[in-house]
Amino acid sequence: MEFADLIKTPKLDGVFLHDPQPQQHANPATVGTLCITGHHLLLSARQENSQELWLLHKDIDCVEKKPSMSQNVVVGGIITLKCKDLRIISLEIKYAKEFLNVSSSLEALSAIQNAELLYPFFYRPMYSILEDGYTMFRPELEFAKLISGVGMGGVSSPNVANITICMPSTSSTSSVCAGAVSIPHPLQNGFALDAASALVGGSGCGAAAPACEWRVTNINKDFSVCATYGATLIVPKAITDEQIVLSASFRDGGRFPVLSYRHDNGATLMRSSQPLSIQGIKRCRADEAILNLVLGRSKKGFIVDTWGKGKSNTETDLHYSQWKKVNRSIGNVSSPASILDSFAKLIDACNDTGCSTDKWLSRLEGSGWLSLVLNSLNASCVVAQCLDQEGSPVLVHGAKGLDSTLIVTSLVQIILNPDCRTVRGLQALIEREWIQAGHPFASRHRYSCYTPHQTRNKTSGATFVLFLDCIYQLFTQFPCSFEFSTQLLILLFEHSYFSQYGTFLCDSERERHELNVHTRTTSLWSYLNRPDVLQTLLNPLYEPNANVIWPSVAPISLELWSELYLRWVIDQRSVATVMSQIQELVTREKELRTQALKLRKQALELGQEVSALMYNADTA
Amino acid sequence: MDFTRFMNKFNEIERQLSPTSALRLSFDNISPETEEPPDGNKRLWGVPVPPFVSDKVVSWIEEEFTEAPVFYNGNCVLKKVESVRMIDRYNTKNPTVGTLYLTATHLIFVEPESNKETWILHMHVASIEKLPLSTTGSPLLIRCKTFLSVTFVIPKDSECHDVYTSLLKLFQPVSINKLYCFNYQPAKDDYPKSAGWDFFKLEAEFKHLLVPNDNWTLCSMNEKYELCDTYPRQIYVPKEATTLMLISSSRFRSKGRLPALTYLHNNKASICRCSQPLSGFSARCLEDEQMLEAIRKTNTNTDYMYVVDTRPRINAMANRAAGKGYENEAFYENIKFHFLGIENIHVQRASLQKVLEACEQKSPTMSAFLNALESSGWLKHIRSILDTSSFIANAVDKGVSVVVHCSDGWDRTAQVCSLAQLMLNPYYRTIKGFQALIEKDWLAFGHKFSERCGHIQTDAKEVSPIFTQFLDCTWQLMSQRSEAFEFNERFLLILHDHVHSCQFGTFVGNCEKDRLDLKLAERTFSLWGFMANHLNEYINPLYKPNVDEAIKANLAPQCIKFWRGMYCRFESGIHPREPLGDLLLDSKEHTNSLEDHVQHLSKRIASFKSYISKSAKKLQDATSTNTTKVAKEVTSTPNEINDNKYNYDKKLSELSAADDDHPLKANNMSFANLSLSAEQSSTPQTLPDEIESVAIDWKPMRNVTACSCSTPFDQFSKKTHCWRCGDIFCERCIDKNVSLPGHDSGKPVPVCRGCFRQMQKQSP
Repeated sequence: MEFADLIKTPKLDGVFLHDPQPQQHANPATVGTLCITGHHLLLSARQENSQELWLLHKDIDCVEKKPSMSQNVVVGGIITLKCKDLRIISLEIKYAKEFLNVSSSLEALSAIQNAELLYPFFYRPMYSILEDGYTMFRPELEFAKLISGVGMGGVSSPNVANITICMPSTSSTSSVCAGAVSIPHPLQNGFALDAASALVGGSGCGAAAPACEWRVTNINKDFSVCATYGATLIVPKAITDEQIVLSASFRDGGRFPVLSYRHDNGATLMRSSQPLSIQGIKRCRADEAILNLVLGRSKKGFIVDTWGKGKSNTETDLHYSQWKKVNRSIGNVSSPASILDSFAKLIDACNDTGCSTDKWLSRLEGSGWLSLVLNSLNASCVVAQCLDQEGSPVLVHGAKGLDSTLIVTSLVQIILNPDCRTVRGLQALIEREWIQAGHPFASRHRYSCYTPHQTRNKTSGATFVLFLDCIYQLFTQFPCSFEFSTQLLILLFEHSYFSQYGTFLCDSERERHELNVHTRTTSLWSYLNRPDVLQTLLNPLYEPNANVIWPSVAPISLELWSELYLRWVIDQRSVATVMSQIQELVTREKELRTQALKLRKQALELGQEVSALMYNADTA
Repeated sequence: MDFTRFMNKFNEIERQLSPTSALRLSFDNISPETEEPPDGNKRLWGVPVPPFVSDKVVSWIEEEFTEAPVFYNGNCVLKKVESVRMIDRYNTKNPTVGTLYLTATHLIFVEPESNKETWILHMHVASIEKLPLSTTGSPLLIRCKTFLSVTFVIPKDSECHDVYTSLLKLFQPVSINKLYCFNYQPAKDDYPKSAGWDFFKLEAEFKHLLVPNDNWTLCSMNEKYELCDTYPRQIYVPKEATTLMLISSSRFRSKGRLPALTYLHNNKASICRCSQPLSGFSARCLEDEQMLEAIRKTNTNTDYMYVVDTRPRINAMANRAAGKGYENEAFYENIKFHFLGIENIHVQRASLQKVLEACEQKSPTMSAFLNALESSGWLKHIRSILDTSSFIANAVDKGVSVVVHCSDGWDRTAQVCSLAQLMLNPYYRTIKGFQALIEKDWLAFGHKFSERCGHIQTDAKEVSPIFTQFLDCTWQLMSQRSEAFEFNERFLLILHDHVHSCQFGTFVGNCEKDRLDLKLAERTFSLWGFMANHLNEYINPLYKPNVDEAIKANLAPQCIKFWRGMYCRFESGIHPREPLGDLLLDSKEHTNSLEDHVQHLSKRIASFKSYISKSAKKLQDATSTNTTKVAKEVTSTPNEINDNKYNYDKKLSELSAADDDHPLKANNMSFANLSLSAEQSSTPQTLPDEIESVAIDWKPMRNVTACSCSTPFDQFSKKTHCWRCGDIFCERCIDKNVSLPGHDSGKPVPVCRGCFRQMQKQSP
């Protein structure tokens, strides 16, 4: 296919650009020249200092046409582009033919599904790549670091990190007024706390279970055992490849239990998919063997189901007697599309800035988005508590294990592991827990919130957005514990939908392998880690925090991520001003400190000289 | 002691003594002359007796109870209960066990294990409720005006009853003369009683607005409050307004509150405030119409002006039936009339009640919380206040004058007039300006603080969170445009707490006349005086002075947020674990300290250099006069402060100056400085001491869980750095301010006790 076939009108003068959203009301419609290329839509007023609009076709979520009629004849019309970066733009075209050409071209170009035709395969960076993002986080190395307890991605984590956090039974001191809670509360929400302590039960033994040893297996090198896993995986050492194959056949999509994270105290976090519900298959000894090995010396493990009770299968109590099943569903409905539905309702409510306060609150509630965020954080806290305070291994799954499971396993790591709160650590985490773990980015992000519900296919979702929102919540509660600023999260949000980089292309490692994505495109990480880019994404207030960060999961603690969801409708300049003010303050503090030290040294030296002179003067 | 007996006897005697006190006297009909002045000498066991206790009771107690009294922290304890359990909402499973002390002014809960103390000022108590008996004891639910809500479970029911009845007696005095402020003595004598009372003068504030001028004049007719007794003595009216107009207009308006100037913008557009006209269905007053016309004529920008009625239309209509109402556009020429729909005090009170219920839900889900918040309507009301204020501000900004009223013109009118000024004029967004605004539009023009805040026993229907809403709206503006405000959230919270605490006389009484009659300026301390000594805590480190003239509020519902920091302040678990505001403020102070130190070092270096070059010269000249007489470095303890007004202005000017100039610029080191510093001290011996006196690195706030005195820190406790050693202390441990030898300015700064002692040693 040639792009030229799709582009019927490559260039058009006299196009009016409207921004129907309130923030832009100040500047009236701009008129300019529209260009459509293979990957971009361009609108330029062709004047000095005027803003140019550059839009990747992949950014367009849906195209709405509103022809203007005159005596029953189309005489042009307005094309409204609703974008995945949440922006809404209207193009007014004065000629019937061009109006139809442009709209059909844009519809076709934004709907291209063949990954090889997408921009990343055509984009060539204008800079030399200092560090190839595709080789930065090799799974075997990342896992090696994980197993050895050396920090991933960034600085190494001190082992003392978690000792200060106490058990729920003693941490429940709380105070009013002059009193104090010095130790962060793991779960403030009353019922979450109850649940957690019920979970933790009487065992109370915090001793770690370091018995399990691990090995790298290449059994999935041709992606035959599990189509959605990567080629390199970590399994208990004593498990044979045959057992893996057996376990894979027992699990949905072949996603057998693999290591996701190993905590400082040796407790391990595993993830998998649900057991299959095939008639006749009651148990799988190989699968049980894997879990029993993981259990090691600890008496008890937890299996956390994230997909809603009764919606997914779980292991039988009989065959997994040492594993306690826990249900922590994130949403009520069991499909990734329901998360997108919720997201769409949220954005719909956010865009309606003219409605009443009551209506806004009821729509915010009706979207259910914040409930999803709350549930995700809640489930992650429960898992993190099992690992950190019980020292027990945890297996997380839910349905196919491609969505809610990944939210929980990755959030747990951000809560527990300080390295995941660095720029590199977050990259490594996303690489391991999302990209290599087979979150189907291409399918999930094919449509976003503006595409009407009936048009979206079932595999669409907004799981990754939900994950980013959860990080944002952690960020607002611990604004000094993250190396990156919220700008990085917004950047990741955008690039996961449309990008010149290949990182978020395709649904799995297998597909990326087939298309040679790693050699034919540039990695987003290669771009992000360039010092000049990195500089703009750092949090000025960052102070490395070796502790576990236990967030509050009370509804009142959650904040709407207005920086992202309201970015085009509410002026966000104030946020930027505040950030630059903070940056200024912090920089000045540091500069003064250095200057003071320098001056002190100089003053002391001069002082000695003066003393000598005075002594000479006195004796003279 | 047998407390039941005490209280019974007490009640009995109290009944016999003053039958009038049982009546719920509204403040309006108490004239202070009929009340006995409080007897400052009344003391029991060496401590002041609560104001309601009469002499007879005191002598009776002295006879009956000979045992030695119990003291807690210098407060005489009326009642002490052991093994009380304190329950807060998130912590029902693991209550803390401790001792409850009831003093004349506070309820204090002490948990011995962790050294935690909870102090509840009786004046802050909003309601006390005895809950049904449980297996562990008798629970007592106390809700405070500061939005603290706490349950004490007292093992013995009789003891619970004692505490309950005595608290009932103590928490809301019957008479205004028995408020806390008439007894309050600051712990340390760092400022006199008079401090603060003269910080703001209405005349000066209007002078600030260039009033009086060609169009506006001071009206002397209210000198003795004849025109309107809830207005200030000085009111500013159009020059054209005649005596007849003023008198008639005042008679035609509810409570005599005639239209008077409250704000004049630099474009001649003004905001005037008044109460509703007594127009009924058809009554009119020509003089009132002329009065409004005179106001309009002061502004030549436009040929019309707005009259804003902040009430919903339906309410205003209803008022017409009662002979009140609103201006008829047919009678008043050249006015455009607007209704803006802020609900009345009863709706607001009910709304706040629902907000608190929303916050107090047991283990709520996200939807339950959002639903409850929505049905409270609180954010809707906040938005409508901001909406009305924006309307006024926009009109004035565009050059159109506005006359504002509601019913009596002291609730909604006060809210929107002050908020409009906050939006229009950057002066009111400074600490001093905000205080001046409150002083003008709330205190001088009258707001029924006594009733609205429930200072004294009053009709429950008169209580309403009007001032709280004003602070909430200010917070909304602050969270939208934080760089435009000099003050921070803590400033608003302190204001809120002290409006209710009655610890200071500032907010006692309902209008200027009340305050004069009560002689508050002589008998009580001023909040402004207290705040002047804590200004550094109220600074917004991100403040950018003079960025904007007028600021605009974004009224999209998405921008109106729930103020967790106010209404859920005491839910310690739900706030960000790393409070940005405190950290930034700390960073700012550290920067100030370093700046000062760098300045000092630069001067020292310059003077050393000049000495070296001079002595090089001297060696050549071979003159032997010793010019290096050492001037003793002054490490003075703070000067005796007689009135902190000077301090206040100085601090404020320093605060604003700190942003403008960078003392580090090389050209700042002028030669004038040089010779001066050479005179001051060029001896190198004191240098190590000077260097040692300033901490380069301050201990990071994270992971600091307790002060060295073992007082644990929580969300609200102020952590203060010692500027000398850089360690962190609690408020109680860092009460010394001295100037450090390593600082150029010589400004007294906080140091810990250890450092203070060391410095005393060094400078005998």
